[in-house]
Parts: sequence; C-alpha cells; structure tokens
Amino acid sequence: MWKWLHPYAKAERAYQLCNTLLPYFAVISIVCILVGWVWGLAFAPADYQQKDSYRIIFIHVPSAILSMGAYSSMAIAAIVALVWQIRNAELAVISIAPVGAAMTAIALITGAAWGKPMWGAWWVWDARLTSELILLFLYFGVISLYHAFEDKKVAGRAACILAIVGVINLPIIHFSVEWWNTLHQGSTITKFDTSAIDPTMLWPLLINILGFAGFVGVIALMRLKNELLRCEQHRPWVRELISRG
Amino acid sequence: MHTQHSYWQLFKAVYTKDVTLAFRQRAEIFNPLLFFVIVITLFPLAIGPEPALLSRMAPGIIWVAALLSTMLGLDKLFKEDYLDGSLEQLIASPYPLSLSVVAKVAAHWTISGLPMVLLSPLFALLMNLEQQALGATVLTLLVGTPLLSLIGGIGAGLTVGLQKGGLLLSLLVLPLYIPVLIFATSAIDTSMMSLAYGGQLAILGAMLAIGLVSAPFAISSALRVSVS
Repeated sequence: MWKWLHPYAKAERAYQLCNTLLPYFAVISIVCILVGWVWGLAFAPADYQQKDSYRIIFIHVPSAILSMGAYSSMAIAAIVALVWQIRNAELAVISIAPVGAAMTAIALITGAAWGKPMWGAWWVWDARLTSELILLFLYFGVISLYHAFEDKKVAGRAACILAIVGVINLPIIHFSVEWWNTLHQGSTITKFDTSAIDPTMLWPLLINILGFAGFVGVIALMRLKNELLRCEQHRPWVRELISRG
Repeated sequence: MHTQHSYWQLFKAVYTKDVTLAFRQRAEIFNPLLFFVIVITLFPLAIGPEPALLSRMAPGIIWVAALLSTMLGLDKLFKEDYLDGSLEQLIASPYPLSLSVVAKVAAHWTISGLPMVLLSPLFALLMNLEQQALGATVLTLLVGTPLLSLIGGIGAGLTVGLQKGGLLLSLLVLPLYIPVLIFATSAIDTSMMSLAYGGQLAILGAMLAIGLVSAPFAISSALRVSVS
C-alpha cells in the first residue's frame, strides 16, 4: 500500500490525482443533486403532518451530515499530516475547512428556517443545535489559526493539531439527541430495517446526501489544487503548467 | 555529563519556578481574581438585584466569570518562557516535554483556578445562591478549573509564537470550554433542586481524567510546532 500511496506525497502527483478525480466528483454531485432535488422537492409525497415544509430536509440533512463528514476527513488528513509529516495533507486540511464551515452554516440556517414553522422558534438552545454551533466555531478556529501565522508551514501544523483536538465534538453532536432529551428529533435514516422514514422520501434523501458529498469533494479538490499551486509556485512543474496555459 | 534527575524533581522544579515567579509579581495573581470579582459584581447591577432572579442565574454567572478569568492568565502561560528561550531548553532537555507542560499547567491552575475555588463560597453568598448548592459550586469548580487550564494550555501552546495571539486564543479555547460549562452548571442547577448531582460531577471528573492524559501531549506537540 505504501508503494502505491507514497508518490502522492509529491505535490505534482497529488495535483494530477486531483485532476483525475475532479470529473468523477463533479458528475456525481451535479447528477445526484439535480435528481435528488427534483425528486425530493417536486415528486416525493408531502408529509402527513408537516405538509410541504418538511421538504427542506433534502438540504438540511445532507448538509448536516456533510458538516460532520467534512470535519472527520479534515481530522484524518490532519493525523496523516502530523504522523507521516506529509505536507500535502496539511494543505488538504486547509482546503476542507472552509467547505465544512459552509456546510455547517447551511445546516444551521436551513435548520432555523425549518424550526420556525415546526417549533415556533428560529433557534432553541437544544443540545444538537448548540453542538453544531460549536462545530462552526471549531471550523472558524482552524481557519483563523491558519491565517494568523506568517509562516505557512507552522500554520499548517498548528491548524492540524487544533483540528484533531476538535474531533472530541463529533461524538457529542452525533449522540446529543440520544444523551439528552432534546427538541431535535433522533436520526431516522440510519435505521434501514425499522424504516423510520418512508422509502419514497428516503431515496431522494440518500441521493441528495451522495450529491452533497460529491459537491464537498469538488470544492475541496479545487481548493486543494490552488493550495498546491500556491505552495509550489517556484517549482518547474508549476511554471510549465502556467506557460502551457 | 549532567546528572540525571528524577521526573518528580523536574516537575517540582518547573512548578516551583512558575509559582514563585507569579508570587513575585502579585498582579498576576490578583488581576484575574479581581476581574472575576468585577464580572460577578456587574451582573446584579445589570439585571437587577432581585434575590430570586440572582439565585437562579448564579451558577451560570459564576462559571462564565471563572471561564473568562482563566482566559486572562493563559496568554502568559508559555509566552515568557518562549521569549527568554527557556521553552526551547525544556524542549531540548532529555526529559519528556509533556511532563514539564503538566507542571506549568498545574502552576497556572494554582495561581488562577485555586483562588477562584476558595473564593467561590463568598460569591455564592453574594449572588444569593441557595445553601444546598454551595457544595456543588465548590466541587464543580474544583474539578472543572484544572480542566479549563489543561484545555487552555492547548490554545496557549498553539498561539505562543504569534505577536497578537490573545484574541485568537480565546476564539480557539472558548468553544472547547462549552462542554465543561454545560455539565458544571447543570450539576449546580440539579443541586438547587436538592437532587443528586453525582452524575454530572462524574462526567466532569471523566473529562478531567481524559484531559489529564491527553492534553499534555497535545500541548507539547503544539509547543514543538510553535518553537520550530
């Protein structure tokens, strides 16, 4: 495995890998989000209780899942960066952080918009909402710590340490609906066999989650490409790439 | 060749040095404490002096004041050692850096956390906190403030190399303080209803145990990054 993985520690190879992967992620995200939204927003049946306003689930749940998914992948990249001293993984951390922060913000905003008609309040200090808000602060912490350092090598490693420390929040978010009696409902889609959600709503939701995952991948890869170019800007391969246009 | 010292001697040396330095500059001890007192005084003035309202809000106010005044000393935790080069000596020494880090954090707690624990009954009285909640207040502060120093140490280690790290430090550390705040205030609230608060206290203790074994490594790797 090492023989296979190690070449990607070189920025040029990592850049090429980004280019190879990008079209796949792009196709997945465009197709799945289009299909998922049209199916979910127009064709899935209305909820018996919440009527049509439940349809925000097709944006809220994928972005909430991806806000945590992006954080876990960022933390894994951070561990790789610190343990094996791979500089590209630090760049990956920095590339993922703003995307994850945006996903967290989308989850919080759509959640507020959903909460207003259902709970009668934009915001409640419920365990899951609060821990999701902490996740947003953690993303901001990683981003602002990175930008506080002049020396980007130190900045990358400092951001990695903070990203790993923040992982402690992930289980808190995930189990917050089980540990505390909260207004936010428990998870419905992880229990396939008990089917807490009807298949006609489940399928568009799953397709949307896949689409959002692809979308996060696309943006993160594009940012990673930029970071790789910026950090290697004096290398011959970058100059060659630019001169080729 | 240098003579080998035991780990305990190292711990004691670093701890005594930090505490002695703090006692030489009394302001370092008294300013955060004074800040704690003033923040607590502001609340009755701002929200009104009704005893019922105050006693309901007392746990939260005492804990938020404790968080903020812990933050004050954090900026300096590694700063002076970083500037005069002794931090590099600690890193270069054959002893584990995490041990000297624990000693420094313990010194920080002795200077900033312990006085708050000792003074908290007085504030509980000022804030009209009910009698049965007094024990919970002191105990949660006793278990919680070392944890605050440990978590804060991670942020201090990450920002020690920065010119203006103070504001960033609070941005990094305060979100991580939230779980401590939640369980501590929930324990005091429960005790006000004369219920058993052992559960929340046990969770705080578990968090302290995890912090004690993992934070020193996080702090020392943060310091290594900052000093390199």
